[in-house]
Amino acid sequence: MPNTSPRVGLFVTCLADMFRPTVAFATVKLLEQAGCTVEVPERQTCCGQPAFNSGDRKTTADIARQTIDAFDGYEYVVGPSGSCIGMLHQYPDLFISTDPYFARATELAAKSHEITSFLFDVMGLETLQEKLNQLRFDGTVTYHDSCAGLRELGVKDQPRKLLQQVEGLSINEMEEAETCCGFGGTFCVKYPEISNRMVSNKTDNISNSGANTLLGGDLGCLLNMAGKLKREGKSIEARHVVEVLAGMTDIPAIGEADYDLASQL
Amino acid sequence: MSAGIKAMSVKQTVAKSRAEIFGNIRRGLGRKGNSGEASAEQKQAVQNRLNAQADNLIPQRAQLPHDEQVELFKAMATEAVAELIELDNIALVPQACADWLKTRHIDQLISASSSEINSLDWSPLLNADVDRVERVAQAGDIASLTSSFAGIAETGTLMLHSGPDSPTTLNFLPDNHLVILRRSTIVGVYEEAWKKVRAAFGGTESGLTLPRTVNMITGPSRSADIEQKLQMGAHGPKTLVIFLIND
Amino acid sequence: MQINTPFFKERAHDAMEDKNLQRALGNLKAGFPEKRAIAVSRMPEFEELRNQGRDLKNHVMENLDLYLEQFEAKVIENGGHVHWARTSEDANKIILDICKQENAKTVTKGKSMVTEEIGLNDYLEQNGVQPVETDLGEYILQLRGDHPSHIIAPAIHLNLDDVAEAFHEHHKRPKSDDPAVLMQEAREVLRDKFVAADVGITGANFCVAETGSTIIVTNEGNGDLTQTLPKTHIVVTSIEKVVPTLEDMTLFLRLLARSATGQEFTVYNTLSSGPRREGDQDGPENFHVVLVDNGRSEMVGTELQDMLRCIRCSACMNHCPVYGAVGGHSYGWVYPGPMGSVLTPQMIGIEKGGMLPNASTFCGKCESVCPVKIPLPKLMRHWREDEFEKHLSPKAVRYGIAGWAFLAKRPVLYKTYTRMATWFMKRWAGKKGKIEKMPLAGGWTDWRDMPAPQGKTFMQSWKEQQKAGEQP
Repeated sequence: MPNTSPRVGLFVTCLADMFRPTVAFATVKLLEQAGCTVEVPERQTCCGQPAFNSGDRKTTADIARQTIDAFDGYEYVVGPSGSCIGMLHQYPDLFISTDPYFARATELAAKSHEITSFLFDVMGLETLQEKLNQLRFDGTVTYHDSCAGLRELGVKDQPRKLLQQVEGLSINEMEEAETCCGFGGTFCVKYPEISNRMVSNKTDNISNSGANTLLGGDLGCLLNMAGKLKREGKSIEARHVVEVLAGMTDIPAIGEADYDLASQL
Repeated sequence: MSAGIKAMSVKQTVAKSRAEIFGNIRRGLGRKGNSGEASAEQKQAVQNRLNAQADNLIPQRAQLPHDEQVELFKAMATEAVAELIELDNIALVPQACADWLKTRHIDQLISASSSEINSLDWSPLLNADVDRVERVAQAGDIASLTSSFAGIAETGTLMLHSGPDSPTTLNFLPDNHLVILRRSTIVGVYEEAWKKVRAAFGGTESGLTLPRTVNMITGPSRSADIEQKLQMGAHGPKTLVIFLIND
Repeated sequence: MQINTPFFKERAHDAMEDKNLQRALGNLKAGFPEKRAIAVSRMPEFEELRNQGRDLKNHVMENLDLYLEQFEAKVIENGGHVHWARTSEDANKIILDICKQENAKTVTKGKSMVTEEIGLNDYLEQNGVQPVETDLGEYILQLRGDHPSHIIAPAIHLNLDDVAEAFHEHHKRPKSDDPAVLMQEAREVLRDKFVAADVGITGANFCVAETGSTIIVTNEGNGDLTQTLPKTHIVVTSIEKVVPTLEDMTLFLRLLARSATGQEFTVYNTLSSGPRREGDQDGPENFHVVLVDNGRSEMVGTELQDMLRCIRCSACMNHCPVYGAVGGHSYGWVYPGPMGSVLTPQMIGIEKGGMLPNASTFCGKCESVCPVKIPLPKLMRHWREDEFEKHLSPKAVRYGIAGWAFLAKRPVLYKTYTRMATWFMKRWAGKKGKIEKMPLAGGWTDWRDMPAPQGKTFMQSWKEQQKAGEQP
């Protein structure tokens, strides 16, 4: 049982930082609604996955040390991505057991959580239920289970259980919700053609579900699927699950035009 | 002469390979005993494990009273597309064979020569104009009859083994394989069948020496190699008939 | 077998353009994964069986020398012969030598991936011995001069018509498009081959140290005819297949059938323990086991040791979205899919095999269905690290990572850069909310739109809000 107002460090993630700050703001809002005190450490950059998956272990370890330092002292570290949080869970493997960073990496891994899993498994549904019940989302959604969240962190039921609290929202499961969308970080540019085949299979399954909104927990996958849906001219909207849970769906969906913001430039 | 040189060189290849393979493995494992081998304790630990013949996890499914194991065997064998014919006693096998073969216009039965089979009165076959021949199977044989060593309820599997009175070709070459299975030999799981095997063939000086072959057979032959669509009767028997003797 | 692995990308491209292949691959998805899921759901202890399978294989690898010695001693005691082969060439030489001793003209073969790995068929043919594949799928491939694209369903890349065509051409019978008729045809043609063969060659799924037995697991019964009818039976297998006892073998049989085809049990599980015994009326008079190494012994004690647990069930490739898209031949050598992406670089070298461990999104599906819980993504990453350390990764990747890492290790600079990049992309997108084409991003925008950033970075906005004293 967490204390009443745990101090949480937000792991923003690169993609939320650059492409969709709304996701990070929604995460902050949900954490605060659940009773947490949220801070955003200045010295965070990326989790190191691009280096890790390209076989550059040394750079990965450098970035890991930086991240470990940045999140020192927080009770929890929470981020809106199973993939990036999954990466933090890999940090202990980067250090030999006598390295002081090994113990610190282990500690960081133990306190790091993907947002829906944190809200449901750590804080408990009751901390948020009232707020969620006040929401309304008239639409049918389908949920893509991102690979890292699903298989590294066990995120499957948590987002669905939270979504079920939202009035008016119904979930149509797609076929093969657990199959990779083909993003895979650098994979999608190293093997674009295979990646394209995979995301095409995915968008077929999304359309066949009959849902009008696609939700997921990882922006990498969502940018990939939203980009493909757009290219195919499909009218299905894509959003990160926290946008719905935080009631921030008045902001245009991923890849949708935003004239107001554009005109400010 | 040249064959001799070649044979030598193959022999040398094998010896060199063996030394390198064991060298690599022992180095990889960091062996520290005599001449880089495993220590006496490590060797003893492996011997102990081999001698223990310990069971691993045994699924609940077939851990049942014997009557229910028999029912499970019947269900699983049928699911595996074996044909099940229940008989009240073994003396009824010849007539059952005669009926089954006659219906299919088969006039020859290649038979194992186990005492169980040979002690039966085979006149019903004569009456049906079916010839029973005790020999190994040959290409073109239509039907064979054998005994079995055990039935395994878990998956409806028959266990047979080779021996002077049970040629293995009978299990694979003919189009139809007829097998006698006594209810009392049905066990729940594979591990119980191995215990029976150990009881029958173990206890020698060098531990367990198995018959040349032990066959576990679950239904008739099949293949899905063409477009992943299952077809019955590939190279082995197209039909597997189990005479279950409720003795 | 020729190594085409460096051309993975080109082969994958061709595979995805090939409508017939794509149609054939469609059969995979509806077949194995669904059947496996049903079989697993009927076995509540499956997860615990997987844990035990992993632990038992680990135990074997930690004592591999001792179990191999025990196995060897017991095979000899049973009257058989054991031959050790460090390389493919060694193995081929040994097998040919046995065939020559028997004056063998034709040998029948049960399905064996190790014989594919060592290129046995070509070698025998070049030396005057005719190998005849008897597994239906392998037989079809041999007629077509083709190779397996899958380790348990070798002809999965073919459609019915391909088979009908091959049979019509070689059997000189009227063309049929009924799979049952085609199978009957193969049965009849191969009957004579089984009987005429001088030597039968099979693989082995496991080698039991306790009893000196090898076991083959098949559905067709061809392996049994292959090893029972000829005078000589040669088992060609590899050193990591050894298991301690019959009980231990049983654990893997429970895992294998369900993971591979989704069957409760494979039709024929056959133990071979030496040549025919006194009084036996049939069975081979000579029994040989050829134990192939081919790089496996070097994996012991390294991170790759986990790969030696593999029982060749094919679950990883059956569930792999990359394999499902490009098929097995794209991988360019013997072992496709995730297990192939780990094993191939070990056997042909990372210089030639490097494309494979990179061709994964690390989605982890393979590891989640592996019956012995091999951390396949981790092992693929191991190869990427090996490549990176040896400076074999493509320049674009190396420079890209170096440039990005320079920024990612400098938080202040990183924030400036991300702000600029975000601003640029937003400008590039204009009012559309998405980017249809952008320099240096063709890998992405050739195939899909790039959703535009919302505007400012989160860090920028957050700081502004904090300064303004607002609550978000």
